[in-house]
Amino acid sequence: MATKTRSAITKPPLMPRAERWKRRGPLLPALVFTLLLTQIPFVFTLVFSTQRWLLLSGNDSEFRGVENYVAVVQDEVFWKSVGNTIVMTVGTTLACLVIGLLVAIFMNHSFPGRGIARTLAITPFFVMPVAVTLFWKSAMFDPSFGLFGFIARSLGLPPVSWLSEHPMAALIILLTWRFVPFAMLILVAGLQSAPQDQLEAAQMDGAGIWRRFTNVTLPHLRPFIELAALLLAMNLIQTFGEIAMLTAGGPAYGTTNITYYIYLKAFNAFDFGMASALGIVSLILTIALILPMLRLLSGIFRTEGRR
Amino acid sequence: MAHINLKRGIAGLGIAAITAGLLAGCSTGDSGGGADGEITINVALAANPQMKTAESLISDFEEKNPGIKVTFTTLPENELRPAVTKDVATKAGQFDVAMIGSYEVPIWADRGWIVPLDDYAEEDADWNEADLLEPIKNIVSKDDVLYASPFYGSSSFLFYRKDLAEKAGVTISETPTWEEVQAAAAAMEDEAAGISGLCLRGLPGWGQNLAAVTTVINTFGGSWFNEDWEPQLTSPETKEAVQFYVDSLRDYGQPDAAKDGWEGCLQQFSQGKTAIWYDDTVFAGSALDQATPEVEPNIAFAMAPTGPADLASGWLWSWGLGITESSKNKDAAWKFISWVTSEDYIKLAGEEAGWDSIPPGSRASTYEIPEYLEAANRYADLTVKSIEAADPLQPTVDPVPYTGVQYVQIPEFVEIGDFVSQQIAGAISGTQTVDEALEKSQEYALKAVTDAGYLK
Repeated sequence: MATKTRSAITKPPLMPRAERWKRRGPLLPALVFTLLLTQIPFVFTLVFSTQRWLLLSGNDSEFRGVENYVAVVQDEVFWKSVGNTIVMTVGTTLACLVIGLLVAIFMNHSFPGRGIARTLAITPFFVMPVAVTLFWKSAMFDPSFGLFGFIARSLGLPPVSWLSEHPMAALIILLTWRFVPFAMLILVAGLQSAPQDQLEAAQMDGAGIWRRFTNVTLPHLRPFIELAALLLAMNLIQTFGEIAMLTAGGPAYGTTNITYYIYLKAFNAFDFGMASALGIVSLILTIALILPMLRLLSGIFRTEGRR
Repeated sequence: MAHINLKRGIAGLGIAAITAGLLAGCSTGDSGGGADGEITINVALAANPQMKTAESLISDFEEKNPGIKVTFTTLPENELRPAVTKDVATKAGQFDVAMIGSYEVPIWADRGWIVPLDDYAEEDADWNEADLLEPIKNIVSKDDVLYASPFYGSSSFLFYRKDLAEKAGVTISETPTWEEVQAAAAAMEDEAAGISGLCLRGLPGWGQNLAAVTTVINTFGGSWFNEDWEPQLTSPETKEAVQFYVDSLRDYGQPDAAKDGWEGCLQQFSQGKTAIWYDDTVFAGSALDQATPEVEPNIAFAMAPTGPADLASGWLWSWGLGITESSKNKDAAWKFISWVTSEDYIKLAGEEAGWDSIPPGSRASTYEIPEYLEAANRYADLTVKSIEAADPLQPTVDPVPYTGVQYVQIPEFVEIGDFVSQQIAGAISGTQTVDEALEKSQEYALKAVTDAGYLK
C-alpha cells in the first residue's frame, strides 16, 4: 500500500491522461469562475490605466503610456490618502487587539448573565456599516445632539468637535467599536484553548496572575493575535462606507483613504484612467504591506502543524 | 504544463465572451417591444421624496397609456450619477429616461447622450411648455434647445426663526445682506440654550459646501475664473468672501460645522438648534414638516442674502428628465416624461400624496393652485422670486466664460470643485487658514484648466 502510493507520487506520468482529467474536471468550473471574476477585470484595469479616459469629456479614450502613473506618484492627495490608510488601519487594528483582548479575558470568566453579555458584545459587528455610521454621526459625535457632547456639557467641559477637529480619531473610534467584537471572538477562542494544565502548574509553582498571563497565556495566544491582526487589517484597509457617510473624506482630505480616493476619481470625476492607475499603484502598495503579514500567517500554520 | 494553462485561459476567455454576448442579447431583447405590442421603458430616478411619490403614482400613467409599462431604478443621488453616466456614456442602453441635474444637462447634450425635446414638446400641447419657469427652462436647455424636462426647480434662500429674532431684538428684512445676517446671527446665538446663530454647509463636496460658498463669492464680487479662464480663487474679492463664510461659521455657526451638509443643517434647524439657515428652497416643505411643535410656527423665510457687490445670488438647480440617445422607445419615454412633469401630475401628487410632496419650482401654474398656496403660504412666493432672481448666464459681477450660479458648467468642475471644497472644509475645521486653502485651490484649478486646454 505504502509503496504503491510512493510510486504514484514519484512517477506521475504513469497516471493515464483520462484519469488525470477525471480528477481535475470537477475543479474546472471553479477555476474558470475565479479566472473570470478576478483576472479579466484586473487585465482591463491594467489596460485602462494606460489610457487617458475621461468619461465626461466625451472624447474616446486614447493611449497615454505611463502618464497616469506619473500623475499618481506626483499627486499629493494620493500620498496623503496612503498615509491616512496606514494610520487608520494600524491605529484601529492595535486598538481592536488591546480592547478585544481585555473584553475576551473578561468574557472568559464565568459570571451570571455571561451569555447575554457575549451576545451584546458581538452585536456591533453585525449591524450594517451605514446604519452604524449614521448612528455615531448624530447620536454620538454631534456636539448638539450626541452623547459625547451631553457628557461633556454635564461635566461642565466644552463639547469636542469630533468630526471637524479630530476626524481621524473619530473614524478610528467608530471602526474600533465596530471591529472589537471580531477580535474578541478570535481571542476568546484562543483563551478557551489555553493549556489549563500548564496554568495550574504555574499556579502551583507560585506564579502570580501577571506572570501566568505573560509567560503562559500570551505565548499561547500569539498565533491567535497574529491571525486577528491580519484579518482585521485586511478588512480595515478597504474601509469605504464609514468614510463616505461620516466625513465625505474631509476636512482637507483628512480622512480620505485610498479606497475613497479611487472612488472620488472614478465615480465622481469619472477619470477612469487615473482611477485605474491609482488602483494598480495601491494594489502594489497593499501587497507590499500584506506580504510580511501573510508570511506571519504561514508561520501560524507551521506552529499549529508542529503541535 | 504551460500550454495546458494557456488552453484553459483561452477556454475561459471564450466562455467570458459567450456570456457577455448572451447578456448583451438579453438587454436588447428587454428594451425592445414585446410580441403583444407592450413596451417597457426603464426610468432612472434620484431617490428624493418627490421622486418616490412619482413612483407610487405610476398606475395613473399606466391607465392613461395602455401598452406602456414603466420600471423604475431609484437610487440615492450619489449612486444615480455614476450609474446613469456609465450607462449613457458607453451607450449601453439600460435606461430610456434618465434623471439628471442641471449641471449635467448641457454637458450631456453636447456629447449627444440625450436627445433634444423641442419636437416632442411642440406636438404635445397639453404639456404646455410656456408654463415652465423661464430660468429653470434655461438651465435644462443648451443653446435654447430643451434637453430635459424639469421635474422640480429650486433656488436658495434664508430660513430663520421669528421668535429668536424678536427675542434678540433684530429684524431680518425680506432682502437681507450678508453683513446683516452675520450681525443677526451674532445677536440670536444663545450658547446657554445650545442654539447656534446660523447653520451653513461645511461638509466637503462640490454639491455640498461649495454650492453655498460659491453664491457668497458671487455676491462679494469674486468669481471662479476670469474671461481668459485664469482661476480667480486668490483674488481679493474671493478671499474676502471665503474668509467671511469661514469666520461666520467659526464664530456663530453650528458646532462641528465641517461635518454638516444640507442634511445636518435641516436637522439642526428643524430641531431648534440653530436660528438662521441658508439653503435650498426645496427644503422649505421638509423643514416645516420635520420641525418640533415649538419651532414650526416660528419659521420664516427671506431672500438669499446679498453682499458688497449688490448682486442677487440665490443659486439655481433643477432635476430634469431626459431621453437617452440609446433608447429604443423614445416616443413612449416622452409620454412618461410628459405625464410626470405636467400640471396635471402636480395636482395629482398634491391630492394623492399631500401638498408637501409635489415637485415645486418647475411651473408657473403650480403657484396658482389654491391648495398649494395655502399649504406653502410662507415660502411659495419667495421660492418663485428667488428662482426668477437667479441668473446662471451672468452669475458674477465681472464677465466670466462660464455659466451656472453655484457651479461652473465644465466637465472638469466636479474634480476641481471637490478639491476646493475639501480645502475650504479644512479652513472651516481650523486645520489650515483660508489663505492656505485658497492658495492650494488656485494651484489645483490652474493645473486642471491648463491640462484641459481652456487656458492657453
